Amino acid sequence: MDSQLPTWRELPLGGVILEPGNSVRRKTGDWRVFKPVINQDACIRCLLCWVYCPDGVIHILDKPYTSSKGKTWDVTLEIDYDHCKGCGICVEECPVDAIDFIEEVK
Amino acid sequence: MGSRIEIRWHGRGGQGAVTAATVLAEAAVMEGLYAQAFPEFGAERRGAPVKAYNRVGNSPIRTRAPIRNPDVVVVLDTSLPPDLYMPGLKEDGYLIVNTGLAPEEFKSKLGINVKVAAVNATKIALDILGVPIVNMAMLGALLRVTKVVGLKSVEDAVMETFGGHIGEKNVEAIRRAFNLVEVV
Amino acid sequence: MAVQRLVVEQVRLALSSNQAVAYAVRDADVDVVAAYPITPQTTVMEKISEMIANGEMDAELIHVESEHSALSAVVGASAAGARVFTATSSQGLELMHEILHIASGLRLPVVMAVPTRALSAPISIWNDYSDLMNTRDTSWVTLIASTAQEVYDTVIEAFRIAEDPRILLPVMIGYDGFAMSHTYEPVYIAKSPERIREFLPRRDRVKLDPNRPVTMGTITPPEWYYELKYQQVVAMNEALKVVKETDKLLGELLGRDYEPVETYMMDDAEIGFLVYGGVYGTLVEAIDTMRSKGFRVGAARLRLWRPFPVEDLVEKTRNLEKLIVVDRAISYGARIAGPVALEVISAYYYEDDAPLIASVIAGIGQRTITEDDFVKLAEVYMRKGRDSPLYRESIYWGVRGVEVK
Repeated sequence: MDSQLPTWRELPLGGVILEPGNSVRRKTGDWRVFKPVINQDACIRCLLCWVYCPDGVIHILDKPYTSSKGKTWDVTLEIDYDHCKGCGICVEECPVDAIDFIEEVK
Repeated sequence: MGSRIEIRWHGRGGQGAVTAATVLAEAAVMEGLYAQAFPEFGAERRGAPVKAYNRVGNSPIRTRAPIRNPDVVVVLDTSLPPDLYMPGLKEDGYLIVNTGLAPEEFKSKLGINVKVAAVNATKIALDILGVPIVNMAMLGALLRVTKVVGLKSVEDAVMETFGGHIGEKNVEAIRRAFNLVEVV
Repeated sequence: MAVQRLVVEQVRLALSSNQAVAYAVRDADVDVVAAYPITPQTTVMEKISEMIANGEMDAELIHVESEHSALSAVVGASAAGARVFTATSSQGLELMHEILHIASGLRLPVVMAVPTRALSAPISIWNDYSDLMNTRDTSWVTLIASTAQEVYDTVIEAFRIAEDPRILLPVMIGYDGFAMSHTYEPVYIAKSPERIREFLPRRDRVKLDPNRPVTMGTITPPEWYYELKYQQVVAMNEALKVVKETDKLLGELLGRDYEPVETYMMDDAEIGFLVYGGVYGTLVEAIDTMRSKGFRVGAARLRLWRPFPVEDLVEKTRNLEKLIVVDRAISYGARIAGPVALEVISAYYYEDDAPLIASVIAGIGQRTITEDDFVKLAEVYMRKGRDSPLYRESIYWGVRGVEVK
């Protein structure tokens, strides 16, 4: 038994989690076998990946991006790889195939 | 144990036997007495034979056993068979019946030996309430015969239960039966 | 027996136990009530709805489509910090069963009244304690009342016990369906609720609050779950002390004294009965009758079922030669099939000089129990010594075709 864990005396009654949002501390990124990688040039910023992502790991950054064809976007999309589980839903949903799914090298 | 009177009510679902027993218990409690009122559980169907029970006394009533040997049996509906309402009635007990017959006639018709009190509660109920709900008239007769509680307390309990116009009509039915009941 | 001291100004009414529940819920200033009707519980909710409609009671009444939903609704409301109440019987309690564990596991101070009723099939709307006894291991503090007065007092007390920061467990109050739920008898209730509400202060506890978010009811892996269940063990054990403390405070408030195990004529008794619920009154009158004939008999009543008051029970019954435990529920397949009898025998296992303990099953599906039954049972066991098979297994009193000699 892990003696580092709190005893019954220290745990909140009923196992209530008193600290909101502490699931961020649980890094699920190492569950991945395949890794989604956004092609910023091909991405049309429709945000469907952001909508569909079950773990909320698509971050919309206030960072302008200019594509190789000269098109400028106000935002850049970035994946939080600490928490992305590699489910591939974003890859499936992307209407312009702008997300590559690359085998993870660990 | 102090003195205690045990009453069994017989009627049909809808005639108000359970309500009569409840009102009697309320009146007794108002007078500072101890009382119980309970229906024969589970027979809440209009027209079906219904029993209700009262215990009233001057010391706490603890038993919850059904009443096997009542001091008084009140019959709201004489179409019920005597086999249903006579069993267990004490030899020196009272049978109070809703009938147009005189008590002596009723007694000889049934061939029974207990004291009988008779009142035409159906007529009273129809005259005053316009519906054959005879419970309050029978309660009036019971009060006259047993003096188990005062008329005034019962009237207060009735007004508490029904209130207003309906309460007043029921009080009138109680008073009329109280005055008209005949005893042998 | 309860003594009237009338500390708080009270009025005396003729109420059924179900109505007494409603008055207690009103006086306890409950915020949310949810329930689904079932005989014999229905008139509890009828009276509460009437009180809310009349403006006598300021509570949210949630109409739901099942007992599962009723308890779920009050679990939700309780998690959000409300003082909640529900009531059910029989199949309704069975349908709630899953949520019974959730209420206790989330440590929510839900209070529920259970006018007890037999279980289907076949259908019986009448009384026994099969429903309540099936909830034994749900981690609800469980009290069983024997008069309408005690029902009123206990429902009030239940909120204080449930909300005690040392406990934070749901509390169930059982009482006989029909024989109590539908019987009118004298009950003192507080003339105005202020003192009752002082007795039930609103205590702070962890709750669902958008300004202070928490997560309740998460999945709990093996390295965490056991400690949380052990917390319930500790709280349940602590509840014995808290119930006794609360009994004492309630006595000071309302002038009526209760104990986890109550007795009557027990001091010099040779044969004693242990029962629970409304049948205690019938037993006490039977004891009077037997005493008047010179028999040294006594009565005890279990008022607190969970946590089980082992020391109180042993202390109050240890001088008996024979203790007859009358259960109104059956644990099928157990040789001692009375749930309370099993508990009593277990309580005595390490005691020297335990009385002979007999388990009697009676009153199933409201098979009538009269004073006479207790007299006859006393006569049967008076003649039976340690060697009699009547102690080795439960006897099924009053079944046609079963003879007890």
